[in-house]
Amino acid sequence: MIEKLPILSLLIWLPVFGALVVLFITGEKHRFISQWISLVSAVATLLLSLWAWSTFDSSRYYLQFVEDQSWITSLNIRYSLGVDGFSLPLIALTSLMTVIVIISSWNNIKIRSAHYLAAFLMMGGLMNGVFAATDAILFYVFWEAMLVPMFLIIGIWGGPNRIYATLKFFIYTFFGSVFLLIGLIYLGLEAKSFDIFAMHSMVLPLDTQELLFFAFLIAFAVKVPMWPVHTWLPDAHVEAPTGGSVILAAIMLKMGTYGFVRFMLPIVPDASMAMADLMIILSLIAVVYIGFVALAQRDMKKLVAYSSIAHMGFVTLGLFISFALIDKGSIPTAIMGIQGALIQVISHGFISGAMFLCIGVLYDRIHSREIADYGGVVNTMPKFAMFFMLFAMANAGLPGTSGFVGEFLVIIASLQVSFWIAVLAGLTLILAAGYTLWMYKRVVFGEVANEKVAQLKDLKLREYIVLIVLAALVLAFGFYPAPLLELMQPSVEHLIDCNLVSKLSPEGMCS
Amino acid sequence: MNQSINFSLLTSEVFLLCAICVILIVDLFQRDKERKLTFNLTLVSLVTLFILDVNQINVLREVGFYGHWVQDQLAVILKLAIYATTFIALLYARPFINHRALMRGEYYILTLFSVLGMMIMVSANSFLIVYLGLELLSLSLYALIALQRDSKSASESAVKYFVMGGLASGFLLYGISLMYGATGSILIADVAAHFNENQSSLIGKFGLVFIVIGLAFKFGAVPFHMWLPDIYHGAPSSISAFISSVPKIAAFGMAMRLLVEAFSQLVTDWSTMILILALLSVIFGNLIAVVQTNLKRLLAYSAIAHIGYFLLGIVTATPEGNSAAMFYIIVYALMTVAGFGIVILMSTEEKEYQNISDLRGLGRFHPWYGLMFAVVMVSMAGIPPFLGFWPKLEIFRQLILNDYIVEAVIAIAFSVVGLFYYLKVIKEMFFTDATDSPEITSSRSLKVAISVNCLLLVIIGLMPDSIFEYCISAFKAIS
Repeated sequence: MIEKLPILSLLIWLPVFGALVVLFITGEKHRFISQWISLVSAVATLLLSLWAWSTFDSSRYYLQFVEDQSWITSLNIRYSLGVDGFSLPLIALTSLMTVIVIISSWNNIKIRSAHYLAAFLMMGGLMNGVFAATDAILFYVFWEAMLVPMFLIIGIWGGPNRIYATLKFFIYTFFGSVFLLIGLIYLGLEAKSFDIFAMHSMVLPLDTQELLFFAFLIAFAVKVPMWPVHTWLPDAHVEAPTGGSVILAAIMLKMGTYGFVRFMLPIVPDASMAMADLMIILSLIAVVYIGFVALAQRDMKKLVAYSSIAHMGFVTLGLFISFALIDKGSIPTAIMGIQGALIQVISHGFISGAMFLCIGVLYDRIHSREIADYGGVVNTMPKFAMFFMLFAMANAGLPGTSGFVGEFLVIIASLQVSFWIAVLAGLTLILAAGYTLWMYKRVVFGEVANEKVAQLKDLKLREYIVLIVLAALVLAFGFYPAPLLELMQPSVEHLIDCNLVSKLSPEGMCS
Repeated sequence: MNQSINFSLLTSEVFLLCAICVILIVDLFQRDKERKLTFNLTLVSLVTLFILDVNQINVLREVGFYGHWVQDQLAVILKLAIYATTFIALLYARPFINHRALMRGEYYILTLFSVLGMMIMVSANSFLIVYLGLELLSLSLYALIALQRDSKSASESAVKYFVMGGLASGFLLYGISLMYGATGSILIADVAAHFNENQSSLIGKFGLVFIVIGLAFKFGAVPFHMWLPDIYHGAPSSISAFISSVPKIAAFGMAMRLLVEAFSQLVTDWSTMILILALLSVIFGNLIAVVQTNLKRLLAYSAIAHIGYFLLGIVTATPEGNSAAMFYIIVYALMTVAGFGIVILMSTEEKEYQNISDLRGLGRFHPWYGLMFAVVMVSMAGIPPFLGFWPKLEIFRQLILNDYIVEAVIAIAFSVVGLFYYLKVIKEMFFTDATDSPEITSSRSLKVAISVNCLLLVIIGLMPDSIFEYCISAFKAIS
């Protein structure tokens, strides 16, 4: 009976229905009810996703928990869902971060708090949909629909410059995704089906592949974001409320890399191979140049936003370095590169989310994100300082934290290709340590800077819970990343073995 | 069969004509200021028409009246869409005209006459009948706009519409006369047969140009769009809601009868013309809409852009492309009538709130209507899963299928520009700080109607097949 449960549909629609219910329970009187309904539905979703993880057969690469129903027959669009080693961890991450955001914004939102929680629940469900969809148009529907709640979250509950930031965010991402739509329609017509996996096994000439490559690149590079289309991210992060920043950094950025893995690498491998150098260069610019930009920031949120861009540069580096490695014939290292990238995706979700939560903790108390307004926070908030230290270290890639594993794997992989790529990539360890720890020093250490800092109160229970969970995960995956690696292993191998071979002619195709 | 005079083909038209006469007489004897009976009778006759025609939804093509009249699935589905949208527009109109000097029986009579004109347009099978239907529609609309005699802007709009509409009809009529000269017939079937057998002569192509211009005027495609924003803006909002939505459905029917049925052999000639019109409309409609500060003008320019997208479906000149265009126009009508519905909702007895800045605070103080309007805007922008996304998707699919890839990329890139102004409206409602908002004093029926209309955009958006299937089958029969 329980095996028959449409678990992926539940993961998508449970939070969405929760959100619809919460939407109508407004007003101060009912605040308590709306909070608990949100929390319960988010926790239920999380438990479902963990249950899915525990029953997932990680020895196989193919899709599991498959659901397939006709949806729009005249357009040949199906409601088909399924997860593999790439998408399941992201679904779990999404469900976890939704719970964390709901707990962390429990009483912090003063206006229309019920709508705020509803928006996050709605987004959680839709993001699960993005990761679970195996029909290209269904994927696109979730991909776009998810922008609307985020647009409202930044626009309604954001900072002073929120309108500019949220319009920029929406239009930037929409601009990217319309080209994705054109690409998907084209593929759907060629493959006679919008099934993503049917698209995987298509023969495409190189010039078509290159056009599709750029269509995908515009869409996913904006989301990742890669240099030079990253400029929406610092604005959006700075103006978004804490929860918005957490979801943006922890999940939304991951959709770009998920798009690379799900669409770009398997569908247009030859074009990706041809463009790998370009992608590696763009990634290195993101890692090095944006690292320096982060160093110069005075606003904590902006600093973490730029550090996110630099870290995501590592992800794209890991994905595309694998092409250079395949070229050289070192398949195991190529696998390692991709695994490193994917570990980095998950770990960055925890770390950047935690960093934004820490900044949120400070912001709730002092209402400033300027580094200069702080100093000596350790004197008044020692426990907070400890957590913040852990996450700062993880952000800098300290061994023993999850931040280290991914970066290490990617650097090792790139060392096989070129010494200089590895050196440039390795610079991040210095730069990240530089900007994160320097910020930490200025905010936390030293004399108590001003009156406001002197009156700070240490963490509340709610904040404790949230930070402890994330700290435990950062350490756990730092010391023992094996479960995650094992979960992804078959899918990554399949990607390398099967989909990275040339698709120019039918001989090279994988069955 | 062609030679027969078979009145069963005309059941709904005859019924409507009788209903109009009855309502006209009943209205004379009414002392009620609010004209409740007239209103109810009008709605009842629309519902009856709907029921009459919904039974015929799978009708087989039948030609009668010496080849001048045709009843097929295309006509029936378009008529159903016309009734439904008119019904919604009338529901919106009632509280609005109640407060103004518009509440007269003529309002309903003229609306019904224009519906009759549209029914004739979509069922016409000869140039003459097309023209008759068009004129019946246009004359009723001119009078409808001019109904608010003491309003300067309404009178101005009416005259403008009259002059422009007259010009367009002139073009169309001139094109038809040239066509007659080239082919020797005004029957669509004969014209099509003529072009099947003979090479198209220069005079035929010359006539085609004028017919396309006439159509473009009616649709309001760039560069024949100048009249459209002025008239949507100047006309009373309830009439704007009607003329911006329903006649477009009928104009689509007319375009199909003329371009697809009569001139199917001239496709290479007209599809390029339509392509240019379509791309210009998409580009200029979207760009000019960005700088509008008046909501009705914004909706007008967005309508021009929508017409551009819709015409792109016709450009492909395939049955699938035409059904995509049909889907688009029906969805467009449903969205536009909702858009103007919100404008009506916000108008009070004394004042009409028309500026985008008047929306400030709507999302905060009336979250439900803010949400509803946001749904309309997002749907118009083509964000899935709202209804507006699906026809766009299908249009783009048909374009790519027929190798219009560059055109598809241009059109889709300008939908990003479109997104910007729709978001600007949402921004005013939700994000800009406000201390008060326009009051919503309208009647309950209007509130319910608007909520249903907007929720339909969500619900049909989740199952677009419910409309689209019929659009496909309508063109299966023709091809």
